[in-house]
Amino acid sequence: MSASTNTAGPSQGRRNLGDLLFAAAAGGLGWFVLLLLSAIVVSLLVGGLPSFRAFGLHFLWSTDWNPVTQRFGAGVSIFGTLVTSALALLLAVPIAFGIAFFLTEIAPEWMRRPVGIAIELLAAIPSIIYGMWGFFVIVPIMGQMVMPWLSDTFANVPLLSTLFGGAPFGTGILTAALILAVMVIPFIAATMRDVFATVPAVYKESAYGVGCTTWEVMRSIVIPYTHISVMGGIMLGLGRALGETMAVTFVIGNANRIASSLFDPGNTIASLVALEFPESPAGSLKLSSLLALGFILFVISFIVLAVSRLLLRPRPV
Amino acid sequence: MSAAVLPLPAAAARDARIAQRLSRRRKLIDRMVKALCLLATLIGLTLLASILFSLTWRGVGGLGLHVFTTSTLPPGSHGGLLNAIVGSIVQTAIGTLIGAPIGLMVGTFLAEYARDSILGSVVRFLSDVLLSAPSILIGLFVYTILVEPFHGFSGIAGSVALAVIVVPIVVRTTEDMLRLIPTSLREAAVALGAPKWRVVVMICYRAARDGIATGILLAVARVSGETAPLLFTSLGNLNWSTSLFQPMASLPVTIYQYAGSAFNDWVQLAWVGALLITFGVLGLNIAARLLLRPKA
Repeated sequence: MSASTNTAGPSQGRRNLGDLLFAAAAGGLGWFVLLLLSAIVVSLLVGGLPSFRAFGLHFLWSTDWNPVTQRFGAGVSIFGTLVTSALALLLAVPIAFGIAFFLTEIAPEWMRRPVGIAIELLAAIPSIIYGMWGFFVIVPIMGQMVMPWLSDTFANVPLLSTLFGGAPFGTGILTAALILAVMVIPFIAATMRDVFATVPAVYKESAYGVGCTTWEVMRSIVIPYTHISVMGGIMLGLGRALGETMAVTFVIGNANRIASSLFDPGNTIASLVALEFPESPAGSLKLSSLLALGFILFVISFIVLAVSRLLLRPRPV
Repeated sequence: MSAAVLPLPAAAARDARIAQRLSRRRKLIDRMVKALCLLATLIGLTLLASILFSLTWRGVGGLGLHVFTTSTLPPGSHGGLLNAIVGSIVQTAIGTLIGAPIGLMVGTFLAEYARDSILGSVVRFLSDVLLSAPSILIGLFVYTILVEPFHGFSGIAGSVALAVIVVPIVVRTTEDMLRLIPTSLREAAVALGAPKWRVVVMICYRAARDGIATGILLAVARVSGETAPLLFTSLGNLNWSTSLFQPMASLPVTIYQYAGSAFNDWVQLAWVGALLITFGVLGLNIAARLLLRPKA
């Protein structure tokens, strides 16, 4: 403080002690974030090392998960993670697009903000609540109505009869994908809405001027202008879906085998870790395998999120 | 035979008919797409309504004073959620107290010191990755650094895990808000002879106060509903305990344990907890938005 009262000459001595400390604290904590992320990677890798050493690369596709024989593999849960996330996107993207289109071009002005906030609130609801809602509300609906209807409808269609075959318990891969879709819709919709809003009004007005309909403006102006960022938004949703834990744990049925039907139970990396962790004593090979799974999940999500950031990066026009 | 031999007026009439049909088709497609988009929005709103309705429907019946005055008890003995609620508040508070200042400083670093530097863009990128990283991995990470080495689950480990989630949320909002402050404001302060740190603290923070507060509120809302990172850190505790070095109960973890149980009164309590947490989280979100609403 006293340094700021010094009158010894012009700006030379202006970098006083407070300035140095503040800059050091800000910079130091910037480095801290870098270290934090590295520490997460390293801790998962080191924790998973015994497992990687015991099973080698084979761990990645082995479908074993047997605590009795001490054989563990990531194959089933990687498969479950990818399948549920992909299905979730398949369901979520069209709906999210519809919501974003509605909110930017169709809805009357007074409706946009409240409806937009309602959709954003959907993103704020904790994952565990989606799990309970899924388990107590969606699972019975799936088991009693949707699944029987699907298997009846597609009973004679070659590939689909397998996909929609099996016992309709209500839980399983399809239900997990459905809940995941509900959870990522608000993220994708909000990103798309924000991205659509960046299209210069002049472009859209020109198109309307030559007689385009709203949909034609969307298809020929807005989407071509924003398609890279739209992909970024979808990848962001994928990143969310891949690591979602609690909701999936409630509804996926938790079985360690590769499902042939979408009604079959399965697991994902995150749900397997959440469920098996309490029965994994410290230092065991099982715990190490769970940490190795965590490392794999981190690598997958990091790649997806990095691509998403790259696509969403503001570009010079 | 072909269009060319038709007399001129007939050709014009035909063209008009085609144009009319075409325009009718285009308008029809447009209307259909709009209807589908409306449908998509209605689906989204119905989902929100369905969740809120089922929470209220199943949760309100179990609400009562005993929920807030009694701790969790064995099934059949009218337990409440006191220890879970207190545990959640304690861990969220400590997590925010650790995470928010770090996030604030990192956000300041990105906006005021490293706007265009390479270190700045790396930190910004990693913080964004951390923002969307699966929270269960943060639980595993804190398990390996705070639980395994000290041989025990603890409330403090849970708080640290929540703090790791708070940091990137606060970084993002702080940086965004500071970037909105016009440079002229900073220049005016510098011209008066203020050192940079005082410009940041007394001018920028003050101007961006509402936005920064919003970020912290959103972070509190987010971590108060987190379950996965607490499973491996504070574990949950069915007894009354406020020791930070013992396993600590929390609302989300208690909901997780109770919802999957076979006892009706436990499932009922899980719904009550879910109701409390959801309306708490949504309330915080709405408060954050009101705070940030542009003043007329």
